[in-house]
Amino acid sequence: MAKDEVSASAVGAPMKRREDVRFLTGKGSYTDDMNRPGQSYVVFLRSSVAHGVIRTLDVEAAKASEGVLAVYTHRDIEADGLGGVPCGWEITQSDGSKMVEPAHPILASGKVRHVGDPVVAVIAETKAQARDAAEKITLEIDALPAVVDMRSAETAGAAVHDEAPNNVCYDWDFGDKEKTEAGFAQAAHVTTLEFTNNRLIANAMEPRACIGEHDAAGDRYTLITTSQNPHVIRLLMGAFVLNIPEHRLRVLAPDVGGGFGSKIYHYAEEALVTWASKKVGRPVKWTADRSESFISDAHGRDHVTKAELAMDAEGKFLALRADTMANMGSYLSTFAPCVPTWLHATLLAGQYTTPAIHCRVRAMFTNTVPVDAYRGAGRPEATYLLERIINKAAAELGLDQAEIRRRNFIRPDQFPYETPVALTYDTGDYLATLARVMTMADYAGFEARRQEAAGRGKLRGLGLSCYIEACGIAPSSLVGALGARAGLYEAATVRVNPTGSVSVFTGSHSHGQGHETTFAQVVADQLGIPADSIEIVHGDTDRIAFGMGTYGSRSLAVGGSAIVGAIEKIVAKAKRIAAHLMEASVDDIVFEDGQFKVAGTDKAKAFAEVSLAAYVPHQYPIEELEPGLEETSFYDPKNFTYPAGSYLCEVEVDPDTGVIDIVGMWAADDFGKVINPMIVEGQVHGGLAQGLGQAFIEQCVYDANGQLPSGSYMDYAMPRADDLPSFAVETDLVGTPCTHNPLGVKGCGEAGAIGSPPALVNAVVDALKPYGVQHMDMPLTPQKVWTAIDAATPKMAAE
Amino acid sequence: MPSVSMVVNGRQVSGEVEGRTLLVEFLREQLRMTGTHVGCDTSQCGACVVHVNGESVKSCSIFAMAASGAEVATIEGVANADGTLSVLQQAFQDHHGLQCGFCTPGMVMSAADLLKINPNPSETEVREWLEGNICRCTGYHNIVKAILSAAATLRGEAVAAE
Repeated sequence: MAKDEVSASAVGAPMKRREDVRFLTGKGSYTDDMNRPGQSYVVFLRSSVAHGVIRTLDVEAAKASEGVLAVYTHRDIEADGLGGVPCGWEITQSDGSKMVEPAHPILASGKVRHVGDPVVAVIAETKAQARDAAEKITLEIDALPAVVDMRSAETAGAAVHDEAPNNVCYDWDFGDKEKTEAGFAQAAHVTTLEFTNNRLIANAMEPRACIGEHDAAGDRYTLITTSQNPHVIRLLMGAFVLNIPEHRLRVLAPDVGGGFGSKIYHYAEEALVTWASKKVGRPVKWTADRSESFISDAHGRDHVTKAELAMDAEGKFLALRADTMANMGSYLSTFAPCVPTWLHATLLAGQYTTPAIHCRVRAMFTNTVPVDAYRGAGRPEATYLLERIINKAAAELGLDQAEIRRRNFIRPDQFPYETPVALTYDTGDYLATLARVMTMADYAGFEARRQEAAGRGKLRGLGLSCYIEACGIAPSSLVGALGARAGLYEAATVRVNPTGSVSVFTGSHSHGQGHETTFAQVVADQLGIPADSIEIVHGDTDRIAFGMGTYGSRSLAVGGSAIVGAIEKIVAKAKRIAAHLMEASVDDIVFEDGQFKVAGTDKAKAFAEVSLAAYVPHQYPIEELEPGLEETSFYDPKNFTYPAGSYLCEVEVDPDTGVIDIVGMWAADDFGKVINPMIVEGQVHGGLAQGLGQAFIEQCVYDANGQLPSGSYMDYAMPRADDLPSFAVETDLVGTPCTHNPLGVKGCGEAGAIGSPPALVNAVVDALKPYGVQHMDMPLTPQKVWTAIDAATPKMAAE
Repeated sequence: MPSVSMVVNGRQVSGEVEGRTLLVEFLREQLRMTGTHVGCDTSQCGACVVHVNGESVKSCSIFAMAASGAEVATIEGVANADGTLSVLQQAFQDHHGLQCGFCTPGMVMSAADLLKINPNPSETEVREWLEGNICRCTGYHNIVKAILSAAATLRGEAVAAE
């Protein structure tokens, strides 16, 4: 290929995204853009109360309403013997017993457990008719006391589920308790921090939607859905809910408008439309209104934690103890139980050599929407815990926030490093990322900036955060031992077509990440062919052998590694074909620059000559070598990957209003090898916006009755363009490649959302240092900041 | 049902609608022009921005009947006549101003209106203009860059390479 073609698509080049043209011209194909012949529409009548017993449910008027095809309640689901929505992870409690795992019915059965719990499905010719008919349903609910605040859930006197009378799903602990206590016994100083990690709503811009269709001729179902992992949906829904074997169930996840975790899970609506499509004999489409998304998409975070850090007199960490309460909501969503446990407690070493760590987690049921993984999932909570308590400790000890971290970093010569919480970090250079971000942000010049701002009556603060995450989920045998009900490898098929173009079928799913571009770069690099001759196919269980999907920053590290595995098989086979064509020994064939060459000679066959010979040969050693050039590979990661970085956030607080102006956000990340720096930086930008959103404006609010006042974009503060600054992001300066996957990549999708919340809070607490403020819970709204300043002001005046 | 007619991307169209049918529903459901998206139900997200008689409008906030006789422009009509991307669309690709693509049509339509009104906006003016367009993927950084770059190109200024 021409040189400029190579450089445009080379690994490490900021190749422009090939998916962009369709999105920029309105030709994207999202689920709600699709319409099937004869399609009908379903609207769900959902509970308007948080907790109660269904006293009256009369759907006769709805059934008689214009255009209505069917009205279904739990009774119809039960009559057909359908299962409930399954959970994919089981936690074993500290006492050895299993977590409480209540049934999660597709439509509420007898009781409703959160505002938004679906009760009735109305199917009609048009969405408007279905909505009109739903209005005619009589649904009377005898309200029960709602369990809303998890801190008092154990003694609330009401049970979300009868099988969990105290609303405890599990009580779990991890780490060496005795060693941790011994660390505290030796401590010269102990810092304590109690905080909440605020509840968030993912809010992918595309609301969830799905279309179920049944082909009566072949008794075959198709589900088109807004999913990050169509194969997982096929497995969960087919095997556990609808009892449809894989060969009769196709799940498609076409263009998907963002996920951030909320589109991982199998949702009741997917099962309902699939099941109902056969019952009514018509395709059934559901598209959530945004208001409906707020009360039916899984929420995120929502931890209450007490943490204690034991240190010696020099600020060296001796032990860390954490006691966390995590909200599960009303039912267990697909991954929910593992988020506050295995994705949280195992990250509590952070970038540091803390020798002893112990963490207890109690997961609580409440009458709120189920909570599950949201961008980062457990790792932001762990990072926030560490990076906040470290700054509080630094302030108490009079140490610089960078210096206390330097004293405790795992040093570059200590890798591989085994933490006391089960992980083995393969590689990293935390001193380098810290040094880099301090240069980027002109750390040394901060005091001058603080003084300059003070002259204008503004309070300036600088906050540091050094995160690590475990990505590339996950080594299957390990997660199996931890309670995952499925291994978490990834699959890829590479098909070399007869004339040399290549189709790659990946189990990863792109919903904004740009896989069609990045994966093509990887394949172009490995095969030495132009990226234009490579297509990346994802999101279709009929075309792709298998897959576990995209979440946990796993696509390139796990899915990309599977592609490399398939390519290795392709090259090995193609070499044998080339050896036959050139009458050479296979051992003498080398593959370089897209050519198969006989070493030491000028004999060569182009890639496309070999591929053609693989499919339509005249003379072929068919006894020894099967024609065709298509290979599938499954990749099971040997370890997690450990991206890490250092973030600095600089704020200016207006003491008269409490308004925070984010004046600088710097990120130095080590993602290992970077395939497409443009895309990687974009991932960090998006993560930063979500992390900063959590830190200063976003908050999912339930009132005491379990109503959701923050149930629309009028009330839930999504970060807007004018809330955020430009970001300074560097991702390729300090890379330590991953040592255990073939691409050396670590994953970049969640970093920004993990590292930035504590950076911002640390910055604001730093700015409010003159007022004696030691901590504030997120989000740091102007009201909260102003109140903190106001409360401290009389005290200051008196001093 | 009453009928409604309008010009969409230069083409005369008509259809039967209910009084409650929104312009965005008419575009998506009747004309099957699905480039205009619906991301919320409170006229906040801006995924549905189109131009009505030359001004950017959230097409979820206007009934189809109210657009009767209007000139409507949607994302499907933005590219150059030869099918290549317009300067603004190209800037979004060049600067990685989109990820999942869902908010993108509204962003492009909104930004096009800004550049018509203000051909030389500052970064602050771009950010404030986009207040009614929510993106969850990009953190806006590259959207802002793309719009500033497109503005410079449209003014005929050379744009520094990345």
